[in-house]
Amino acid sequence: MASPEPISTAQALADKPQEAPLEQALQRPYQHGFVTDIESDSLPPGLDEGTIRAISRKKKEPQFLLDWRLAAFRRWQTMALPDWARLKIAPIDFQALSYYSAPKSMKDKPKSLDEVDPKLLETYEKLGVPLHERAALAGVAVDAVFDSVSVGTTFRKQLADVGVIFCSFSHAVQNHPELVEKYLGTVVPQGDNFYAALNSAVFSDGSFVYIPKGVKCPMELSSYFRINAQNTGQFERTLIIAEEGSSVSYLEGCTAPQRDENQLHAAVVELIAHDDAFIKYSTVQNWYPGDEHGVGGIYNFVTKRGLAAGKRSRIAWTQIETGSAITWKYPSCVLRGEGSSGEFFSIAVSNHRQQADTGTKMIHLGKNTTSRIVSKGISAGHAHNAYRGLVRINPGAEGARNHTQCDSLLIGPHCGAHTFPYVDSGRADAVVEHEATTTRISAERLFYCEQRGIDAQEATALIVGGFCQAVLEELPMEFALEAKALLAVSLEGAVG
Amino acid sequence: MTSPEPLLQVRDLRVQVGERTVLHSVSLDVNAGSLVVLMGANGSGKSTLGLALAGHPAYQVLGGQALLAGKDLLALPAHERARAGLFLSFQSPPDVPGVKNNLFIRTALNAQRESRGQPPLDAFDFLTSAKQAAKALGLPEAMLGRPVNEGFSGGERKRNELLQLALLQPRLALLDEIDSGMDVDGVRAVVEQVRRQRAQGTAFIVVSHYLQMIEQLEPDAVLRLDQGCIAETGDLGLARHIAETGFASRTAPAGA
Repeated sequence: MASPEPISTAQALADKPQEAPLEQALQRPYQHGFVTDIESDSLPPGLDEGTIRAISRKKKEPQFLLDWRLAAFRRWQTMALPDWARLKIAPIDFQALSYYSAPKSMKDKPKSLDEVDPKLLETYEKLGVPLHERAALAGVAVDAVFDSVSVGTTFRKQLADVGVIFCSFSHAVQNHPELVEKYLGTVVPQGDNFYAALNSAVFSDGSFVYIPKGVKCPMELSSYFRINAQNTGQFERTLIIAEEGSSVSYLEGCTAPQRDENQLHAAVVELIAHDDAFIKYSTVQNWYPGDEHGVGGIYNFVTKRGLAAGKRSRIAWTQIETGSAITWKYPSCVLRGEGSSGEFFSIAVSNHRQQADTGTKMIHLGKNTTSRIVSKGISAGHAHNAYRGLVRINPGAEGARNHTQCDSLLIGPHCGAHTFPYVDSGRADAVVEHEATTTRISAERLFYCEQRGIDAQEATALIVGGFCQAVLEELPMEFALEAKALLAVSLEGAVG
Repeated sequence: MTSPEPLLQVRDLRVQVGERTVLHSVSLDVNAGSLVVLMGANGSGKSTLGLALAGHPAYQVLGGQALLAGKDLLALPAHERARAGLFLSFQSPPDVPGVKNNLFIRTALNAQRESRGQPPLDAFDFLTSAKQAAKALGLPEAMLGRPVNEGFSGGERKRNELLQLALLQPRLALLDEIDSGMDVDGVRAVVEQVRRQRAQGTAFIVVSHYLQMIEQLEPDAVLRLDQGCIAETGDLGLARHIAETGFASRTAPAGA
């Protein structure tokens, strides 16, 4: 992608009276900043073929996977960092990172939650993820990733009864190597982009989901990721396969402890939906965004892509992005099957000095394919938020349709919102619609709320909640509540 | 007006909007349970009085005093004036997209209850009373589940103001042309709601030109505002006279 001027750029104007409360908002400390005191079993910093062999050996991987990693590594060495996004990124020294870290007490893998290190469970409690209680109450199976090793998988049996495989990626490599070998890299090839290549070489763990033919997954599948050990890049790999006529809803949420050094996160997620299958993938992302000067936040460079391979298959991405210093993320759909559809619902909040360049790609290959994009960007503080979307209609995609709704909300005088909607249509008869709005939290709406007794802070939370309603409605219930609370916390004090 | 301390006391209030002084000197008292009608030509300052008392940021108070139940209103931020019991029905209520009406009103009510040390109402209890209030006002229940004023007609927005008035139970309500855009049933609902709340001690300042409604409201006083000053004070007779002869003939303060 080239980097042209934005199609629409909204820059907030100086607005003196809002400055003081904004300062308060900027000084608000990150609420999930803490470090769990667990010894890590890490590889020393540095990256070469030896590192990759060591990772593969530690994980007792089959030969095909080692070969695949090494091929990716060789590819990565020839690639350059992408520079087309509207982001300011300090140089990253990839040799200064450690590429493997496992909590030491996990060497003997726990068979159940009772065997899980209580300190780990305590960490989840602090994050508001009481694994045992909440999972049971909500009927959610949780595959928790703590650093690089999966611990405490629940509900595995209930899922196994209907033939659903939901496990750590490592577990899948050991127990279902034929599925991994068949699908790994088929949606996001090794050389797709710089970070995807890096991930392919060094990925440590992640989640694996397989839904057999005709099965509606009986519960929401949920996975909590967080980064813990210092200086450890995290490279998750997620693979979800939905066979003909099946459906699954997958939830991913994460927070991270406070850090002084930037932490790199480069995940890859691949989804494959066969005929009449439906995959819904929801994310709440709340990683440490950095302090008021932008120091110390997470770098989040993620490649997420779904292949709607089968006829009438459907893939829906829903994301709430409130964290990270830098977000570079474009969950995409490749609509290959006839009559397949892709959806993207996104809320991206950036505050302080956060930078977000996020959006989606909808690639229409098959006949009568449809896609829908609803993007809500919220900027506050000195943050910049860019929506970057591509809708491509290939010449063979007869009857393709897209609708894009792209709204920006500005809070305070120093932030910006930018919209880059690329359309690449190879057919004259394609229907591609784009709507975009930019609004501020208007003084009249704010005063109306205040006149009813609601203070500016709560009014902001209400208005932001309203602005995002169309996306929040797409989230599973318990996730929507969590997301709403997160939005309120992220923007507390941003208007006064 | 008789008896003890007035609920609202405004003394020599002067207000500027932008570069323009809109209220030059306004003084008035309103007792608990009483109703004052404010009339005046366009631009005479009727809406400004309400917005300034409510604390709209664009309305700068140059001087004067406003006490509500002894509390210095002008020293408080807008949301605290509301919590002190001041309610303003907007001439053109804005929408709040995506925020459901019942959530909006419950959030407001609970903010006010909290400031008075009362426990919050949960969604269920609130909905029960909200449904009752809506029914009493002839509003469809569905209006509670719709986003605040989004896609509402002018008349629906005004009925929604009335619903908030009923549920928030203020001590003093300023109704700025609440009848405009309303049909006959709407106006009747206003009159009935005002009567109910007055009986419970709520004081009203009503801005209106609609004589028939003014008569039904049985005001304690009728004031005519002219160029930012109270030019005339009277009773229903003044309202009737204005309705008959208009404002143009009265521009010079008659000293009546």
